[in-house]
Amino acid sequence: MSPTSTTDTAPAAAKPVVEMTGITIEFPGVKALDDVALTLRPGEVHALMGENGAGKSTLIKALTGVYTIDSGTITVSGAEQRFDGPADAQAAGVSTVYQEVNLCANLSVAENVMLGHEVRLGPFVNWPATRRAARAHLARFGLDIDPVSMLASHSIAIQQLVAIARAMVVDAKVLILDEPTSSLDKAEVAQLFDVVRQLRADGVAILFVSHFLEQVYDISDRMTILRNGRLVGEYLTSDLPRLELVSKMVGRASEDLADIEAVARRAAAPSEGAREPVLQALALGKDGSVEPFDLDLFEGEIVGVAGLLGSGRTEVARLLYGADRPDQGTITVRGKHVKGASPLGSLQRGVALASEDRKKEGIIGDLTVRENIALAMQAERGAWRRVPAKELDATVAKYIDALGIHPANPDALIKNLSGGNQQKVLLARWLATAPKLLLLDEPTRGIDVGAKAEIQRLVAQLASEGMSVVFISSELEEVLRLSHRVVVMRDRHKVGEIHNGPDVTTTTVLETIAASGSAS
Amino acid sequence: MTGTITGADGRTRFQTTVARVTGHQLFWPVVALVVLLLACGIVSPGFLDVTVRDGHLFGQPVDILRQSATPLLLAIGMCLVIATGGIDLSVGAVMAISLAVSLTYIAESGTGSNLSTALTGLFLGLVVALAIGVFNGFLVTVLGIQPFIATLILMIAGRGIAMLVTKGQITTVTSPPFKSIGSGFVLGIPTPVIIAGGVFVLVALLVRRTALGMLLESIGINREASRLAGVKSRNITWFVYILCGLLAGLAGIVYGAPTMAADSNNIGLMKELDAIMVVVLGGTKLDGGKFSLAGTIVGALILTTLERAVVIFHLPTQVTPLFKALVLIVVCVAGSERLRGKLKIRRTSRPVVAAEVAA
Repeated sequence: MSPTSTTDTAPAAAKPVVEMTGITIEFPGVKALDDVALTLRPGEVHALMGENGAGKSTLIKALTGVYTIDSGTITVSGAEQRFDGPADAQAAGVSTVYQEVNLCANLSVAENVMLGHEVRLGPFVNWPATRRAARAHLARFGLDIDPVSMLASHSIAIQQLVAIARAMVVDAKVLILDEPTSSLDKAEVAQLFDVVRQLRADGVAILFVSHFLEQVYDISDRMTILRNGRLVGEYLTSDLPRLELVSKMVGRASEDLADIEAVARRAAAPSEGAREPVLQALALGKDGSVEPFDLDLFEGEIVGVAGLLGSGRTEVARLLYGADRPDQGTITVRGKHVKGASPLGSLQRGVALASEDRKKEGIIGDLTVRENIALAMQAERGAWRRVPAKELDATVAKYIDALGIHPANPDALIKNLSGGNQQKVLLARWLATAPKLLLLDEPTRGIDVGAKAEIQRLVAQLASEGMSVVFISSELEEVLRLSHRVVVMRDRHKVGEIHNGPDVTTTTVLETIAASGSAS
Repeated sequence: MTGTITGADGRTRFQTTVARVTGHQLFWPVVALVVLLLACGIVSPGFLDVTVRDGHLFGQPVDILRQSATPLLLAIGMCLVIATGGIDLSVGAVMAISLAVSLTYIAESGTGSNLSTALTGLFLGLVVALAIGVFNGFLVTVLGIQPFIATLILMIAGRGIAMLVTKGQITTVTSPPFKSIGSGFVLGIPTPVIIAGGVFVLVALLVRRTALGMLLESIGINREASRLAGVKSRNITWFVYILCGLLAGLAGIVYGAPTMAADSNNIGLMKELDAIMVVVLGGTKLDGGKFSLAGTIVGALILTTLERAVVIFHLPTQVTPLFKALVLIVVCVAGSERLRGKLKIRRTSRPVVAAEVAA
């Protein structure tokens, strides 16, 4: 039953510090984990791999005591544990740094690092000593920052390292890093990895979760792969070629995967000769958000928006949709001038926006998949004219099937679905309004290879059926693969528009960003 | 392996049936209500009897139903407001204002025995309540004031306004048609029961037959996501405050009609807290989102039965609040998901160990 790990490297001979076996967790309507095992050894970086919905987050939450396991055993340092909450897990030596930095931005660095472990003087906190201790902890990771400074005044990368310093204050034997690099640039990733290697040398067992395959191969010694809540196997990183890893994660042969990408590319063949733009923006802008820009969007066309984080990509989409009110310029939708842009008005004009922030601006957690899909459709008709049950059921069934939403249960609460499936439900919400123009802001963020290809193919297909699509993504390759035209943003300016062709590469786009930088 | 799975299945099937019943949000409130009624029935034999006298229903259960009308009317509106993530503290004061307006009109018209005068008085009282709802909703949705503060304004000022209307007097009138709103019978059933029942059915249809209920919940759970999905959260939230105000006015008139005295200092005093308690007893959480209208009926019945039980048990009426608090604690603790989670761990941990030993 237990999967093969072919050869053991010399340092791996150490006794496992964490052993999880037979882990099963059920949510109402969803079996999130089914008989999963995970072994962590000291002095090793262990990558946890799997698609969205594979059960990675759930497994981590079981190990950190956030979720209670329905069956199975967790052994830490040889003693069987039953975690009743995160505090129990921490006491057992398991520390976690989550995807979103879980710190208090409005407290000082020292307070964040030492929170709960302040140096005491009777009932009082000995602040000078606490700050000295914080400085010492930070120095361990090569961080020379003022412990009194406000955490928010530092970059996300520094905050991430502060979070690690905080996690290691308790001398953790196990450190879990859940997508620590998702908002870091290359140099910052390198800095983070230096710290990780140092911890590995110190004998800490590190569980590393990331969607970036390169980073996984760069840092990990061993990996455990999950698929659909089940264990695929444990492998030595050096023994597992990338393509094989991907096919194990996706559960298809690797040739199939290449095929999907080819389909996506073929379907995205440009359809020139569109007449009237679906949407035309003239000198559209908003103070402190985006400088005025012009943009024409045509039927059957995918327009990519490229630019660095904070370049105004998201703001462009929000202005076009009316999520934010523009304070200058005009929007014309199919020849009709738009007054007072608002989300509802946009939906009624056939414009939909899938926001980048799934949690805050997308899902209604406590409602069902059915209700989440129905929401925009229903809002369009107003509160009094309910979408007939038959029509709604048909729509919901159609999209669950077409988008492969898992579990295929319209009555499951959306908060119990994995990130990728939540994203599919949200896409269904917008598609159910039959939009003429679909604005997609980072639709593939935090989604891995398989689901990504599915969404890309869907986008290409929608465009070939005549929909106009705006595709925003921080992954240039993805933007170039899908788009007919690419809008380049820099520092809240639209700095260029590139017609995509065989000679356009990521370098071309990067050059546009850089060139405009020196020009202005 | 297979053996333990079958075992687990058999256990689960039984447990799911039990869990579905005990896990229902109304399970513990209903248990509390039944226990209270039975206790009263034991202490005072005949408590649960209902008789027909002159074609009207009489008996303690009928009285409980009659007295539940006021808290139910308040709680229906409060429940919807709470679903949007808000709260309306002004309902008690609104009761006083509406009654003051109605009775003052009837007193000044001097023709209290006319049906039309009584109806006009009722109408005016409701219009004022509606206007107050509009005002509360305006503060909350247009000006963006926190609901707690926005409605605190009229909770404090409302009784002063009612005093202004009655010129500081306790206005009393003689108007049989108006009185019958609170103490009459329709088809043998007390009028307040008919009114509250009718309002409940209407609001339930309004909320569940249209999409209003789902949109209310979506606003309460994630306002920004709802806005981006095109939900007119301002209009819907505003509407709910108006409805809540209107129902509070109706509650004031139903409550005050039998005595026909507009005692602005005491009508509806602390009733806003009763209404919130009824909503909570009915299984609706104060942080908004999912709500249960049916729960408000159970909640209102518990509240009234409690007040009656204090009399039946020959306890000094001053201790009524203590009893309310006790029942609230019991129901909330019993319904606590966290506690249930803890108990579940304890229950399931044993069989798992046993299965391992067997294997």
